[in-house]
Amino acid sequence: MGNNAQSHGGAAHGTVKEYIVGLILSIVLTAIPFAVVMNGGVSSGLTLVLILLCAIAQVFVQLVFFLHMNTSSEQIWNTTSAVFIVLIVAIVVLGSIWIMQHLNHNMLMGH
Amino acid sequence: MANKATIVTDPDPIFGKLTWDSIPFYDPIILTTALVVIMVGAGVVGAILYYGKLRYLWEEWLTSVDHKKIGIMYIIAAFIMLIRGFSDALLMRSQQALAVSDSSGVGYLPPEHYDQIFTAHGVIMIFFVAMPLIVGLMNLVVPLQIGARDVAFPFLNSLSFWLFVVGAMLVNASLFIGEFAATGWLAYPPLSGLEYSPWVGVDYWLWALQISGIGTLLSGVNFFVTIIRMRAPGMTLMKMPVFTWTSLCANVLIILAFPILTVTITLLTLDRYLGTNFFTNDLGGNQMMYVNLIWAWGHPEVYILILPAFGIFSEVTATFSRKRLFGYTSFIWATVCIMVLSFIVWLHHFFTMGAGASVNAFFGIATMVISIPTGVKIFNWLFTMYKGRVKFDSPMWWTCSFLITFTIGGMTGVMLAIPAANFVLHNSLFLVAHFHNVIIGGALFGYFAGLTYWFPKATGFKLNETLGKWAAGLWTVGFFLAFMPLYVLGFMGMTRRLNYYDNPTWNTWLLIAGAGALIILIAICVQFYQVFASIRDRKKNLDVTGDPWGGRTLEWATSSPPPFYNFARTPHVMDRDQFQYLKDHDLAFKQPAEYERIHMPKNTWAGIVIAVLSGIMGFAMVWHIWWLAIVSTAAMIVAFIVYNFQRSKDYYVEVEEIERIENSYFEQLNHIENNDLSNDTNEVSKPGHSLSITA
Amino acid sequence: MNTLTQTPEPGYTGYVAQEHHHDYAGDSLLGFWIYIMSDCILFATLFATYAVLSTGFAGGLTPKDLFDLEFVAVETALLLFSSFTFGMAMLGAQSKNMTQLLLWLSITFALGGGFLVMECYEFYHFSNEGAGPTTSAYWSAFYGLVGTHGLHVLAGMLWMIVLVVHLLRDGITETNHTRLACLSMFWHFLDVIWICVFSMVYLMGVM
Repeated sequence: MGNNAQSHGGAAHGTVKEYIVGLILSIVLTAIPFAVVMNGGVSSGLTLVLILLCAIAQVFVQLVFFLHMNTSSEQIWNTTSAVFIVLIVAIVVLGSIWIMQHLNHNMLMGH
Repeated sequence: MANKATIVTDPDPIFGKLTWDSIPFYDPIILTTALVVIMVGAGVVGAILYYGKLRYLWEEWLTSVDHKKIGIMYIIAAFIMLIRGFSDALLMRSQQALAVSDSSGVGYLPPEHYDQIFTAHGVIMIFFVAMPLIVGLMNLVVPLQIGARDVAFPFLNSLSFWLFVVGAMLVNASLFIGEFAATGWLAYPPLSGLEYSPWVGVDYWLWALQISGIGTLLSGVNFFVTIIRMRAPGMTLMKMPVFTWTSLCANVLIILAFPILTVTITLLTLDRYLGTNFFTNDLGGNQMMYVNLIWAWGHPEVYILILPAFGIFSEVTATFSRKRLFGYTSFIWATVCIMVLSFIVWLHHFFTMGAGASVNAFFGIATMVISIPTGVKIFNWLFTMYKGRVKFDSPMWWTCSFLITFTIGGMTGVMLAIPAANFVLHNSLFLVAHFHNVIIGGALFGYFAGLTYWFPKATGFKLNETLGKWAAGLWTVGFFLAFMPLYVLGFMGMTRRLNYYDNPTWNTWLLIAGAGALIILIAICVQFYQVFASIRDRKKNLDVTGDPWGGRTLEWATSSPPPFYNFARTPHVMDRDQFQYLKDHDLAFKQPAEYERIHMPKNTWAGIVIAVLSGIMGFAMVWHIWWLAIVSTAAMIVAFIVYNFQRSKDYYVEVEEIERIENSYFEQLNHIENNDLSNDTNEVSKPGHSLSITA
Repeated sequence: MNTLTQTPEPGYTGYVAQEHHHDYAGDSLLGFWIYIMSDCILFATLFATYAVLSTGFAGGLTPKDLFDLEFVAVETALLLFSSFTFGMAMLGAQSKNMTQLLLWLSITFALGGGFLVMECYEFYHFSNEGAGPTTSAYWSAFYGLVGTHGLHVLAGMLWMIVLVVHLLRDGITETNHTRLACLSMFWHFLDVIWICVFSMVYLMGVM
């Protein structure tokens, strides 16, 4: 990245190589879950794990190779806020699912 | 009211659902209110035109991007809305005092009117009184405390303010055109669905909250960036003033919580407008999900209200105890802990919905845990006062009243956090007493303390102290009389939102509560009179030094009111209590040798224009006037793009002008100092009169 | 509390010796990033709603009956490549190469447009098959989530047009570069959201 990274307030730039690597990794990580689901043959539990792992991996690939996130001092607030947001997203999504599962079960929703 | 005849089911292509029957001419209370509002409004507009102030108003205020002016406008708007919210409270208190079977019968408010009143009271007090008060104070103080010249995005700040105003106006329009929601302030479906609320009340609620909520979200982003990136050199995070810290945490909560509100309201809007089935009774919809989501926003929201109030109390306590805040680091960490924990307690608002033991236990414990950092803060304030030379000016009255009141409210909160107890207390007046206890005794008293404390900074003169102490005293007495009986009534089994009851034993307590409300009414009148009297006698209370209380943080290091650029030279921060540090080292009140030109944003029409267009859009959507909704939305986008293409949005203030402004301030200062040698004038106007190093 | 006793260095006046030029571009970039973070919460709420309502078919059509993964794979490819082409456009902007910038931006625009057309077709097709937004809670949540993403893409495309006008008027100035960087963040973010959409909605929907 060299001198290109020295830009204002946390906007890091990439290189052609970075974008191409990011693209290839993304294609692979998209192709795997699609192939597994479309061809079948893998147990549903394993498929689920694969889909989730590939999705998480691809999110990271995009963050690093396309959005150029890192832990340099210019980027520190971007990265910190992103980590914190992941925590809150997890709380909101998983918390809601957990709560609603209990509520639906106890209140006989959909029965 | 929404009698069947007024509900138009097939909207007209031009006027939508709007007809002459939409205006409640038959209701004398509303008609009188409408006439008074129209007359006052016409009077104000007439006065502006008569004195030829329209241009001044437009150029200096309505289009202003100055954070101080926007802050003042927020606070004025909040007080106007307080009149309406408090009128609703008086109506409810009087209705409940009268509506018992063995005295005067059913009171004077029919149920559908009463339901709108308690809904409007809650919505107005939270969204249009508490929120603008705190956002207004942040606007006024945060940039000054961090040594900045404005917020990061001045145009967005103006837009946020006007979006809030538009939301408030929609709520007020509902009083005279149509109806407001009769659903309770959070409009749970299915009651708020089309089937049970077929007319426009809930739609007003939806669009008012949606528009002002987006404004709040923009504010949150704006202040977050301001605090992170615009602090004066040397001000590390742990040298930031406490109010700025608590504001930062509140703004993080806004950024995290308000999108949840946006989505939840949007989904309910889709249910009502397009017939989707998110929260409906049939076709797989799930109303419990609405309750879950609205509280995932709602709980952080109460911390958005209270955290900055904690910051205000810290500033006030430190200043008037002439000491540093005790345990700054513990205070900051307590604030951050509350910020995170406030996201894992939301279920305690619906323990009784049936989540079962494991879920309720988790959220009950989490709720009790969050009271620990809050308790830490109580000790921070107490130990700051301990061995301090405490000066009991009126901000301290609010603070002391808060310490007692809020502790009681906190304890009843812990009681409610016990799921087993909650099954008894839920939806009772005990709950109503609890949240008023923390919101009035916690947040509101904090805002009043802050308003008194920073009033001279905003205007250049102090508020009348005697009247301020009367207001604080009357508010406290009135509060206890109005809300302690509600705890008792809660134990006696009285549920909230009752329009009528047939248990005569409750009546005595409700009469006491009514008397308390009247004392609060007197307190509010005293506050309005205080502002009037202080403006009238402003010459007696002038703050010529910019430091009327012996303040410790940077906002006091500039004149009162500050010049539009805040600081002629950017401060270089060495200490947490930077201004006290300057005074201790004899560096305060010194005129810089030279100035440089200052880069400032220009005022813009875009904020108010875009917001007003959004208000038209909201009104059109409420009444299903589709063509107008489309036109105003398109106009909003066009206005935004036009603003985007505008070239000159900023300018430089030249050195001559800065010198002129600064010289007149320092001349004033010198004048005071010379006078002090000969005669003993008002103690507070001496610059840095209370210098002492107290650690 | 050692900061208390710190005495000022000689020459310390309480204000900076030299006024600094403020980095406004940095404000915009951080501000826009924070807006994107709040948008993440917005989508998280929609995902949570989708998850909770994911069995609310009310006896009607289920995603297994309608979803066509090959179709979704093409949509995904369009969006993924558009993310890459936007990156190329950014490189063009960095090297101040207007032709490269505009070329890659128009390719990005076309790919985004293709995605939107496919999505609209899909919605139209599903509705015709009997699974409209009002059919059941599941389909409400589906249209709510996927439609919100689509609206974001539409907003991004409108923004792209506005930005191109800016670029043609003023060239690759500092301000325009900041605007481009914000839009680029937005566009990549939409791709990240789409990863979650195709994984949670489409792939898990047909399992």
